[in-house]
Amino acid sequence: MTTLTQRSKTVSVRKLSLSERLYLPAILKGMLITLGHVFKRKPTIKYPEEQREFAPVYRGQHVLKRDEAGAERCTACGLCAVACPAEAITMDSAERKKGEEHLYREEKYASIYEINMLRCIFCGLCEEACPKEAIFLTDRIVPSSFTRGEEIFGKDKLVETPDQPIDVSKRQEAGLAAFKKNKQHYHNRTFRDARPGVAAH
Amino acid sequence: MAKVTIDGVTAEVPDGTTILNAARMIGGDLVPPAMCYYTKLKTSGGYCRTCIVQVTKGSDKDPRPMPKPVASCRTTVMDGMEVKNITSPELLEARAGVVEFLLLNHPLDCPVCDQAGECDLQNLAYANGKAGTRYQFPRREFEKIDIGDKVQLHMTRCILCYRCVKVADQITDGRVHGVINRGDVSEISTYVANVIDNDFSGNVIDVCPVGALTDKTFRFKSRVWYTKPVDAHRHCTKCTGKVRLWYKGEDVLRVTGRKDHYGEVNDWICNECRFDKKKTADWTIEGPSHIDRGSVISANHYESLKALKATIERQKKALPHGNKVSLGHGALDPNNA
Repeated sequence: MTTLTQRSKTVSVRKLSLSERLYLPAILKGMLITLGHVFKRKPTIKYPEEQREFAPVYRGQHVLKRDEAGAERCTACGLCAVACPAEAITMDSAERKKGEEHLYREEKYASIYEINMLRCIFCGLCEEACPKEAIFLTDRIVPSSFTRGEEIFGKDKLVETPDQPIDVSKRQEAGLAAFKKNKQHYHNRTFRDARPGVAAH
Repeated sequence: MAKVTIDGVTAEVPDGTTILNAARMIGGDLVPPAMCYYTKLKTSGGYCRTCIVQVTKGSDKDPRPMPKPVASCRTTVMDGMEVKNITSPELLEARAGVVEFLLLNHPLDCPVCDQAGECDLQNLAYANGKAGTRYQFPRREFEKIDIGDKVQLHMTRCILCYRCVKVADQITDGRVHGVINRGDVSEISTYVANVIDNDFSGNVIDVCPVGALTDKTFRFKSRVWYTKPVDAHRHCTKCTGKVRLWYKGEDVLRVTGRKDHYGEVNDWICNECRFDKKKTADWTIEGPSHIDRGSVISANHYESLKALKATIERQKKALPHGNKVSLGHGALDPNNA
């Protein structure tokens, strides 16, 4: 009979010799291997005191960015939720009132924005789909929790605080960063920038 | 009857038919797109130029080709006419130029706009346009105007197709809606402080190919592709009462007319049906709407569970005892999905 692989071994049932019956040589051999590892380099690190270097495009916990003026960039267009293969993102939109221009960049904003971190697979398709550069994945690790409810992150956990902005410049190409400086494009204007395009009539 | 050949497909159409309508009779990919032409509105068409086609042979009697691309919505067929649409690379190039012109002043605010997902201009630009813009001047911007308390005019997005003006002229009585100024500064307007308070004024929302005229009761409620369209009717003294309801969960977010394959409504509906009847109890549900237009909505083929049904049939055949299987009540009802 031909075998499928070359790896099969024929076993024989024979009587063990005296040294084999004592088991001591085998135990000693095992102990030597264990002892040898004490002197080898440790593959583990002492987290959280010590942290490994992250790849520049590591995909961890999401952040909802604010613009330079501190207004939320997200306009609840829903493209991240459409792109999401795990259907982890839900949102509800609302209209910006007069006097809220410093809070929200566009006339529509996300009143509710939730990501279910248990569903999320950190593929980064949401940040790829985002037309407003609002959502980014960062190098922060999502903290564990005791209940499922805590793993549904709302705007309180996702939106960055204005005084502690989260740097995502490593995730943006140089060309895009240069494009964003051009205030001629409506897309790049904040409420503080003058509006060169407003027609007089 | 006149014999016309469009992109190599020959058809017999009645005399006086436009090339666009002849192409629609044939159907398929050779139908030119149209932004301003609307079958149910008289004298519509001829403004946007997206429906241009190349006439390579005028007729049997005069076989000379027409020197320039012609608007197919305004040009009638002649016997023996030969027309090129998608088979002519020069024409597609010209149409890309038309799309570029339409987008000159159109803002890139699709993420904010309520029309996104069922927008004719979005689909047109995606199919025929170029990804970038060469325009370097500031786009024109306007403040939002309320036309009545239910309709909002966002003039910045308008492409001046005149459809809403024709609706105001032809469906409603008394003209209160028109285009003022000329050329680059022309804009849709109502007479100063004059709101449309006609029973059928809400139809301007349905005919608008872009997001310039939008329903204020639906404003920012949901993106259209998250809502489920359902055909429904009610007894209405003013209109036919045949509408399309857009559901999100249990709530009716929006009521519109039923649109056909080319995005034109079948019946005009009145404002009472459109704005005031937003409860399921007001309507008799007919079933999920079939949407086969070029739109993200048509990507959700939730209306038919054909694949699921086929799988279940196959499994039933594989069952050993009498093909009996219980799925629970209403398991195959699409409304239940």
